[in-house]
Amino acid sequence: MSYLLVIGATSDIAKATAREYASHGFDLYLACRSPDDMTGFVQDLKIRSGRNTQSLALDILDYDSHKGFYDALEEKPAGILVAAGYLGEQATAQYDFDEVARIINTNYTGIVNLLNIIANDFEARGHGFIIGISSVAGDRGRQSNYLYGSAKSGLSTYLSGLRNRLNNKGVQVLTVKPGFVSTRMTANMDLPGPLTTQPGEVAEHIYKAQQSGKDVIYTKRIWRWIMLIIRAIPEWLFKRTNI
Amino acid sequence: MNMHGWGRYPTSTSKLLDFENITKLRNVVTDNDDLIPRGNGRSYGDSSLASHIIQVRPHGYFLDFDEASGQLDVEAGVLLSEIIETFVPRGWFPKITPGTKLITVGGAIASDVHGKNHHVAGCFSECVEFFNLMLPDGNIVRCSRDENTALFRATCGGMGLTGIIIDARIHLERICSQYIDQVTMKTTNLEETFEAFESCSDNTYSVAWIDCYASGNELGRCLLMTGEFTNDGDLDYKPCKRLNIPFNLPSFTLNSYSVKTFNWLYYNRARNGVSRQRVNIDSFFYPLDAIRNWNRIYGRKGFVQYQCALPKQSSFEGLQKILTTISASGKPSFLAVLKLFGEANNNYLSFPMEGYTLALDFKVDDGVFALLDLLDQIVLDHGGRIYLTKDARMSQDMLEQGYPQVETFRNLRKEHQMDTKFNSLQSTRLGL
Repeated sequence: MSYLLVIGATSDIAKATAREYASHGFDLYLACRSPDDMTGFVQDLKIRSGRNTQSLALDILDYDSHKGFYDALEEKPAGILVAAGYLGEQATAQYDFDEVARIINTNYTGIVNLLNIIANDFEARGHGFIIGISSVAGDRGRQSNYLYGSAKSGLSTYLSGLRNRLNNKGVQVLTVKPGFVSTRMTANMDLPGPLTTQPGEVAEHIYKAQQSGKDVIYTKRIWRWIMLIIRAIPEWLFKRTNI
Repeated sequence: MNMHGWGRYPTSTSKLLDFENITKLRNVVTDNDDLIPRGNGRSYGDSSLASHIIQVRPHGYFLDFDEASGQLDVEAGVLLSEIIETFVPRGWFPKITPGTKLITVGGAIASDVHGKNHHVAGCFSECVEFFNLMLPDGNIVRCSRDENTALFRATCGGMGLTGIIIDARIHLERICSQYIDQVTMKTTNLEETFEAFESCSDNTYSVAWIDCYASGNELGRCLLMTGEFTNDGDLDYKPCKRLNIPFNLPSFTLNSYSVKTFNWLYYNRARNGVSRQRVNIDSFFYPLDAIRNWNRIYGRKGFVQYQCALPKQSSFEGLQKILTTISASGKPSFLAVLKLFGEANNNYLSFPMEGYTLALDFKVDDGVFALLDLLDQIVLDHGGRIYLTKDARMSQDMLEQGYPQVETFRNLRKEHQMDTKFNSLQSTRLGL
């Protein structure tokens, strides 16, 4: 059976999506920095789904290791989900370039480096799907999180270009832009209930969208309209806001 | 954070405590007092409310499964619904399940829940081989019928007051189908209802919906449903989609007229005498789970559940009085459920006793607590007791008269310093 390769597998969205794909018969490669942290999840997934499940070590910031990592996969995956990400601290980052570099490199540079390798392989063999978790934060720069947002914006643009390039090569590229999701990353935020979704719902949405060949999804769906409005606000007005 | 149980009454201001791993949990337990563990928050009253609530639900990994014997090791936060989704397609089902699958295994142990097969299978603890329990000092002990027996008997039904259940080994049972052959018997009064229950004591599953608006000659009329798993080999189980009630309905939605009409329709819709249906797991065991947030139909103030058990010899007289009192009060109980329990187990605070149990729900409003006090008196007079998992308001005296082993439970709590560490609003109210 086909494998899904999950990058950043410790994130709550990644775990939920891994479960969703396993329930539809996919085997799983789960990559994260310290696979030991995944032992419980991997065992759980094996029992729930009965699928082959392997955890693998990958540091998205260790660019030189990416090629070797992909080459070492015995059976190449049918598709890849990139859920690695780092929200960071906007306030710290404004004065600390190490934090800036971590935000940009985790959310953008590292992912681009890895996806270049995988996209080339998918293109050569003529099939595959690539799912990238971007963010609504990348749709417009806001004072509260524009460093994270600009990295996600870069990722969205990269995925858009990749989609364009691979359109006739049998490779699907799906950009996922979650709004508020109740996860460990947002555990300390006070999220508005009606606009907030659960990782499990995001996972179902991703699976359906990928299977039906979608390009870009917002999840919850209402975020498409919220971001349409936010993008439509003229800059002279937007710069005065605090949203 | 403002918290409440499934009945949305009462509420508490609580600090929610999360933990990433056992070391962090140990710190949480040793650093705080007035703690209570909480699973999926499905107990109705105040048993999962305290100033500090430890959230166990996120800890829901399956740990091990033996395909040959049905032995399943899980973390305490696993939901029964997850067990069902995972294992029904492989031909396994929980040996004991209550009327909702949206509860954690830890919660099922702490409430020692019962199901429609109590008369043949007993409480949830019957399918528990052992569990690991974190005590007030942060140490983890394994509790079973052979190991730390007193802790096992105190924790099954102990409402989370003995420590934090970390994980458990439970046993599933073989099924050959996701379908149940259901037989519905319609009775016209309480005598017939009792006869019907006696006649179906060999059936695996049995429960009755009772029309608590009927009075006079029709008092105690019911629809008694019994069921057996079929063996048609169809295990292609998919959980049913759930409807949502997105906000509290106005509190006048359920009034004596609408509830009377509902009860009348429900009773008269069923065919007279005996009828047969084939239904799936969700509609037989979990009809209310089909509506997410069904607790919102009672309005903003919430509702209280009232579930009592009466010894067999006094059940008939007791139920007659209870039903007469409710019928005369004009307080609508949307759903009234009657069931014949089998023998009691020897856990200190487990609820079931051999005899009949009646579960009712009442919208919280002005007169309802006075009515429940009246019912308490009837239950006491007939040697019965009230289910802690549903309780939000009984008195300490009511508890002590109903549960003969309460002193043993208290002594065990003192001995392990649990009484100064683990407390819920309920345990404080009841002096547990």
